[in-house]
Amino acid sequence: MRIIINDSAISVSGLSKKFGDVTAVDSVSFMVRRGEFFGFLGPNGAGKTTTINMLTGLARPDSGTIRIGGVDCSANPKAAQRLIGVVPDESNLYPELNGFDNLCFCAALYGMGKGERRARARELLDLFGLSEVAERKFDGYSKGMKRKLTIAAGIIHSPEILFLDEPTTGIDVAAARQIRQMLATLHSRGTTVFLTTHYIEEAERLCGRIAFIVEGRIVRVDEMKNLVQLEMKKHKMMLSLSNARQDLSELLSSEFPNLDFELLPGNLIRVESAEPVKIGPLVRFLEDHGVEVSEARKAAPSLEDIFVRITGIEADAMHKEKEKRGDGG
Amino acid sequence: MKGWITFWNILLKDMRAYYLKPPNISWGLIFPFAWTGMFFIKSGGGLENILNLLPGVVAVSILFGTTSMLAVTITFEKKNRSFERLLLSPIPLELLMLAKTSGAVLFGIANAFVPVVIAAFLTDLSGVAWGAFIPAVVLIAIVSAFLGLFIAVAVSEVFEAQTFSNFFRFPMIFLCGLFFPIAKLPVFLVPLSYAMPLTYGADILHGAVNARNTMSFTQDFLILMVFCIGLFVVSLRNIKRRWIL
Repeated sequence: MRIIINDSAISVSGLSKKFGDVTAVDSVSFMVRRGEFFGFLGPNGAGKTTTINMLTGLARPDSGTIRIGGVDCSANPKAAQRLIGVVPDESNLYPELNGFDNLCFCAALYGMGKGERRARARELLDLFGLSEVAERKFDGYSKGMKRKLTIAAGIIHSPEILFLDEPTTGIDVAAARQIRQMLATLHSRGTTVFLTTHYIEEAERLCGRIAFIVEGRIVRVDEMKNLVQLEMKKHKMMLSLSNARQDLSELLSSEFPNLDFELLPGNLIRVESAEPVKIGPLVRFLEDHGVEVSEARKAAPSLEDIFVRITGIEADAMHKEKEKRGDGG
Repeated sequence: MKGWITFWNILLKDMRAYYLKPPNISWGLIFPFAWTGMFFIKSGGGLENILNLLPGVVAVSILFGTTSMLAVTITFEKKNRSFERLLLSPIPLELLMLAKTSGAVLFGIANAFVPVVIAAFLTDLSGVAWGAFIPAVVLIAIVSAFLGLFIAVAVSEVFEAQTFSNFFRFPMIFLCGLFFPIAKLPVFLVPLSYAMPLTYGADILHGAVNARNTMSFTQDFLILMVFCIGLFVVSLRNIKRRWIL
């Protein structure tokens, strides 16, 4: 893989890490350009957190090189840490300090002076809608508030590069949406963002480029638009049905062998084909079998489809993980 | 300069969040009171006996206050992952760990002066060689804090930190000449006594209060400093090996 150093915020080459006999990360190479919103996708245990730990200096690679903002992390890890902000997968601020003091303390960890850190803490509390709970102990925050304050702590020193590890996991839909909007704003102001997530739709909405990691190996790195184009070549329709029989997929497949059918929850059926889908015969066939079609629409290609195609991992597995860790919509 | 801002704020945060909490202040006060009272009653002597007990009570107050507090606070922060924030900070690891231990050192020093203040009301302390006593208190606090750091790196649970601390601390009470002279210990235990840093700290305190030191102050101070440096270096190496995987 060709790595352009000058334009890169993060460049990684041949990165490997083993824990005992288990290879967590296996010869991973990629580059993140300055100002890019880069997604790092993979299922649980794929090596996302180990990679992020090595990039941020919390883990030592067995082999390979990492450059953050042009700084060699093995030679000068502390200089690299000055350039980055990190939002870990757990909200790990100090439970005994209030919101304001937590932010001021995190600012002090980057050597910011008293006046500067107090002003910045107030600014961020305001930005994240936490001013009213600034004096409340972190322990007393809701999950969504904790997540927001943890993100605020990650950007308190206005880092050039922000690492986010599963930022919206385990929080409610409204808070997740708010956080995504804030991340988009941060990115529009020039911050390079490195996002690891297993929420495919989150990556789809935010990222310009995505790397897929499976079992410690990068299986694909590409621009969102290129990834989507792959799926664009396929013709997809989504039909909403009044009622759906269990054997409907089989019935349809035998009648329309050139089309692929998938019965989805909520009485939906997805139709996929290499050729444009002729909707008339399909609707007539369904109605003849007592199934009413209430809506038929063209389905947009989703990153989930791309993920399944590239990694061979069923999206179901990702959904189960999502449920296990809490709904972050 | 930026490193010192970080250092100072870690120290302040730890003081506010842990050391100056009412339960710890009461521990810092009650513990030396209890030790003084216990040994005073046990000795059966008069008030003049206070001076014999003072070095041991001072040493044990520092040791208990410092080691457990540091080991527990670091293990607690490791457990809730807030310690990662410190490891991600761009200050050198050495300065970071000095900041973390400084709070415990100050707590230990404060603990040391509780029995001194009590003794000042009960007996005449004009004969105490403060020039040796105060540096000895500081060095005992430093070496105890680094022992706490060493323990914190070796364990992963808060209760393990307490248990492991006791594994070191309780033998020290009996083996380091705090209340029982090393010369009166069984011969096979004597080498163990000299392998423990508190022996040298207690020797200075005995010398400063009662002029009953068994080694020269220079020797004691040098050996204590070697223990301080050794424990700090080993702890840093263990942190790099165990926490930055």
